[in-house]
Amino acid sequence: MPHDTTIEEAKPKIREFLARFFGDHRIADDEDIFATGFVNSLFIMQLVLFVESEFALTVEDEDLEIENFSTVDAVAALVTRKCSAPVSS
Amino acid sequence: MATRVQLTPEQAAVREEYESFARDHIAPHADAWDRSAAVPEEFITTIAATGYLGACVPAAYGGSALDAIGFGLLNEETGRACSSVRSLLTVHGMASQAIGRWGTAAQRESWLPRLATGAAIGAFALTEPGAGSDVKGLVTTARRTEDGFVLDGAKRWITFGQRADVYLLFARLDGRETAFLVERGAPGLHVTPVRGILGTRASMLAELELRDCRVPAEALLGKPGFGLTAVAATALELGRYSVAWGCVGLIQACLDASLSYADRREQFGKRLRDHQLVQRMLADMATGAAAARLLCQQAGWLREAGDAQSVHATWLAKYFASTTAFRSAADAVQVHGAHGCGEEYPVQRYMRDAKVMELIEGTTELQQTTIAQSAYVGHAPARPATAPAATSNAASADDEKVTA
Repeated sequence: MPHDTTIEEAKPKIREFLARFFGDHRIADDEDIFATGFVNSLFIMQLVLFVESEFALTVEDEDLEIENFSTVDAVAALVTRKCSAPVSS
Repeated sequence: MATRVQLTPEQAAVREEYESFARDHIAPHADAWDRSAAVPEEFITTIAATGYLGACVPAAYGGSALDAIGFGLLNEETGRACSSVRSLLTVHGMASQAIGRWGTAAQRESWLPRLATGAAIGAFALTEPGAGSDVKGLVTTARRTEDGFVLDGAKRWITFGQRADVYLLFARLDGRETAFLVERGAPGLHVTPVRGILGTRASMLAELELRDCRVPAEALLGKPGFGLTAVAATALELGRYSVAWGCVGLIQACLDASLSYADRREQFGKRLRDHQLVQRMLADMATGAAAARLLCQQAGWLREAGDAQSVHATWLAKYFASTTAFRSAADAVQVHGAHGCGEEYPVQRYMRDAKVMELIEGTTELQQTTIAQSAYVGHAPARPATAPAATSNAASADDEKVTA
């Protein structure tokens, strides 16, 4: 079951996952991941899978906005929003 | 990455069931279906009755919701008998999975029960005359109307497009790639059979023309702009996984046919199986089948675990299995000599089908460049990829790839 995850808990995990793709480039929390040129479009699937398994949540169709995945800040916000929301389905 | 080798007792049991179904209901007819360039409607009814078409549909909607290995085994045994039938499982599974994963509640309730029973057949419509590997070249457009959307454009190489009841179709809406569920009877949708294809001849390929094609507002699947990156990418990932397993079946079929022929046929006073150069081909097929099966199992295990590494593992599996399938099929024809060229033996069909496997769901070359790029993940220091983010390139056959 999802438990409340704070922004502070989520961000380091997201940064660590991203670091595998970015090598020695340190991505800023508000930097557009897709504009960096480091990732291809398979990346979005990997990111969704990572978010779902790491934070034990399901990315639903209504979450499927590019704005929810474009920065570390945005992904952390999505995670905390979903983890604190009442379980719907 | 650790590798799990053994099937569970349940998986071993379903594999047996799939093998038996394919042996009784598919293999005896595969050559005839290949010649007639169609899978007969009676067979669609037969396979629908088994529930196999519901493999990618959640149980809540009447599907069998097979685990990743179970779905793989179904594709292996089906692909061992007939690549065209396996391609039906592939595209139907892609449409089912996309609706189950990204569809609205209404779309799921409307389509999934029908897709589970085979009352509706799904297909995947991404490729265009001018956009194969490079799906960023997509030119089919969608524009909003008061009560829905109007689509204009053309789609090529749509597997089971002649038969499908619903197409997971991609178009640009306000310039952004977007997924739609287009029903067969949509006004302005014209379906034309494609004839004379090299391999998977019974896969009932079609071209779709969309001229002022009107679809309701409920046809929109997912969000505009995420259609290609998420909806198409996850569907293609399933397709690639399905094809990889189908190729394992194809390699196994080449091995089975070659073992049997080399055992019976004598040349220069001894059986072919005792000629060392023939043994080399048999050894490579046996090794290739085992290695490809292991890669597919690894990909399946990671998929089942929802592991992000499943994406890379699936590419490895599809690349290895499809290239090995073509080499195995060419060797199988070689083992059969002149007999391999005729219609009496299925190996020429295997060779034609195996070539198609090197084109669909990402060409061999696209697999190579993507796998090489992915090998750099975690291998610091990284540099920006040469292509811009989210660029797509891919195959030239029926379905495409989304990569940079």
